[in-house]
Amino acid sequence: MRVQRNIASAALADEPDISVDLSLLLPILHKYKTKKGNMIPLLQGTQNLYGFIPEAAFHLISEHTGLNISDMYGVATFYAQFRLKPVGKIIIKVCHGTACHVQNANMISDAIEESLGIKDGETTSDGLFTLESVACLGCCSLAPVMMIGDESYGKLTGKSAVQILKEIKIKWNTPK
Amino acid sequence: MEHSKVIVGLGSCGIAAGGNKVYQKIQSLKDSDNLGFVLEKTSCIGMCYREPLVEVVDDMGSWLYGDVDEKRAIEIISQHLVNKSPVKEYLVKSDLFETPDDQFFKGQVKIALRDCGYINPESIEEYEARNGYQALKKIAGEKVTQESVIQSILDSGLRGRGGGGFSTGLKWRFARNSQSDSKYVICNADEGDPGAFMDRSLLEGDPHAVIEGMIICAYAIGANGGVIYCRAEYPLAIHRLNIALDQARKKGYLGQDIAGISGFNLDISVKEGAGAFVCGEETALMASIEGKRGMPAKRPPFPAVRGLWGKPTNINNVETYANVPWIISNGAEKYASYGTEKSKGTKVFALTGKIVRGGLVEVPMGMTIRDIIYKLGGGIKDNKRFKAVQLGGPSGGCIPEHLIDTPIDYDSVTATGAIMGSGGMVVMDETTCMVDMARFFLDFTQKESCGKCTFCRIGTKRMLEILTRICEGNGQEGDIESLEELAYQIKDSSLCGLGQTAPNPVLTTLRYFRDEYEAHIRDKKCPARNCKQLLTYEIIPENCNGCTVCAKNCSVDAISGNRKEVHTIDQSRCIKCGICYTKCKFEAILVY
Repeated sequence: MRVQRNIASAALADEPDISVDLSLLLPILHKYKTKKGNMIPLLQGTQNLYGFIPEAAFHLISEHTGLNISDMYGVATFYAQFRLKPVGKIIIKVCHGTACHVQNANMISDAIEESLGIKDGETTSDGLFTLESVACLGCCSLAPVMMIGDESYGKLTGKSAVQILKEIKIKWNTPK
Repeated sequence: MEHSKVIVGLGSCGIAAGGNKVYQKIQSLKDSDNLGFVLEKTSCIGMCYREPLVEVVDDMGSWLYGDVDEKRAIEIISQHLVNKSPVKEYLVKSDLFETPDDQFFKGQVKIALRDCGYINPESIEEYEARNGYQALKKIAGEKVTQESVIQSILDSGLRGRGGGGFSTGLKWRFARNSQSDSKYVICNADEGDPGAFMDRSLLEGDPHAVIEGMIICAYAIGANGGVIYCRAEYPLAIHRLNIALDQARKKGYLGQDIAGISGFNLDISVKEGAGAFVCGEETALMASIEGKRGMPAKRPPFPAVRGLWGKPTNINNVETYANVPWIISNGAEKYASYGTEKSKGTKVFALTGKIVRGGLVEVPMGMTIRDIIYKLGGGIKDNKRFKAVQLGGPSGGCIPEHLIDTPIDYDSVTATGAIMGSGGMVVMDETTCMVDMARFFLDFTQKESCGKCTFCRIGTKRMLEILTRICEGNGQEGDIESLEELAYQIKDSSLCGLGQTAPNPVLTTLRYFRDEYEAHIRDKKCPARNCKQLLTYEIIPENCNGCTVCAKNCSVDAISGNRKEVHTIDQSRCIKCGICYTKCKFEAILVY
């Protein structure tokens, strides 16, 4: 189940100008500049840096590589992975694959939505969590499953999912 | 203890079940008590339902422990390794005892999964120790010609394991016959079918087997470039593939004059997908590698003639490649001795859903669905009744109970209206609503449609709207006929596999569970009691003792009644959220 995004141009117009340090992009530009088929890796690299693809990054990539902004925008809106709006520091991906659906994944999403006070695709007001629904994560025998960062959590109940998030929040807010 | 090994299963499923914590616990026990065993990690052995798994190998044999948490890990280390007495109650598999879980392995033949769960996937030496890269060395040593490699694959009867079922040998021959200065091999690891995870397990558990298969293919067709297109949702698989590729380069299995074959040059890189189901289709996949939107192109020309960057290209799925080294090493005849007349060899299935033993199984083609679900899988969870099994993901269909003795091979499965697909097998019981399942899959394909073909783009949306209204109790007479008409039009008018197969889940459920659709539309009832809007909640007066818990929890104040008196639900207010049913401790809520 892919996240239905807002149409990006409208979204960008609504948002205040988000300033990012574009110089961070230069090593990525240097690495992929001359490689063929570099558009997706460039966009992936940009997103890894900022958590989303800022509008200014499109312009910079275009200046350095000669890639068309319209082509890049086409690619960025085609694939589910790319985001054009900033997201929370931690992304919760709740699996809605077949096995998870059969094992009531909706209940997990509902519990998280209720506990965090956000809907699918939204970010909490403190900017910590973003909730997403995704298609299969490939841990079907442990359904229902969610993925936070690179870590998967299986055999969830609504309660245990919320508990995991609480623990993560405490860990995140504890000074290191 | 010096000769003992402790191996923790750390595939994605093991990690999701808490395997990392167990590994760290054992590591800290080993360090603090200065224990002399060797601690290693491996990947998924297929018993996902028992993860985290810990195997102890000592002079008595191999002992596999299941459902290990930190507490059990402490017991296992102190009792088994220190006191030499295995903890029998946690054992799931052992060389010396029989366990109920042995049934899971009976009848399995592991060819593609031959090393999964047996080697450390991050060690090329362990792969080599289990005949790894021997097939490549055999080709180099015995100077096997390109044509005879292709002939072996043809003789083995291997067919594409990604779902299409096209002859792998023929595909290779077409690519070999194309003349070009450069050619490509691509591994399709964009496992997008929800409910399937065999490719993930293979890449995480035995990346070198896939790489070796690709190298042999490259030799056979004369390719000098290779790409593994892997889903970004599989970070561990990508990580291990990159480790494996580095190791293969260092050992000379990739690079110039590979394995001493003069003029055979090849390098392979990993390309991360960006999340689009349609990229599992080969022309869309190549467009995505080229950095474009992943939209399918018309065939012909086939990739074997004009593929990646306009050059002849061979694309196979992960499992297909993993079979190749085994076939070259053990001979095509041996491979063809498994399976049925037209479907040779074995197939890996991801067994999930309402099943007792969910996991990854590899069985010879021709085994019946009944044997896989009941003998290997242990039957249906919680003693419920089997209703259907979904095969082939969003392109497949639901096979009902009266066809449970269907043998698993390409042609028999296709005859039921489902498809073999990549091997996802989702078991459903009486509580699964088939209309909701069809809606679920259409929701998926509708979102994943790339939008190129009108019927796929708009037709799936219209079908989804109809299915949604049926599930919500607003179905109308004629809806079933509209669904059927749309289904056939979408099938006939779509360019690629996504659109051609998207209506399958609806068509098979209509074929076998038409009465459920009719109950939704005419009686406004969901026989599986799954579709919320069609349920009625009532209080059973005999069981209600007036505890007021239901009334307190009802968010719309639809329940009334005084303390210690029978409560009632106001049906006009009830939003059917089901909270009263879950909160009632006296089984006083009736759902129908």
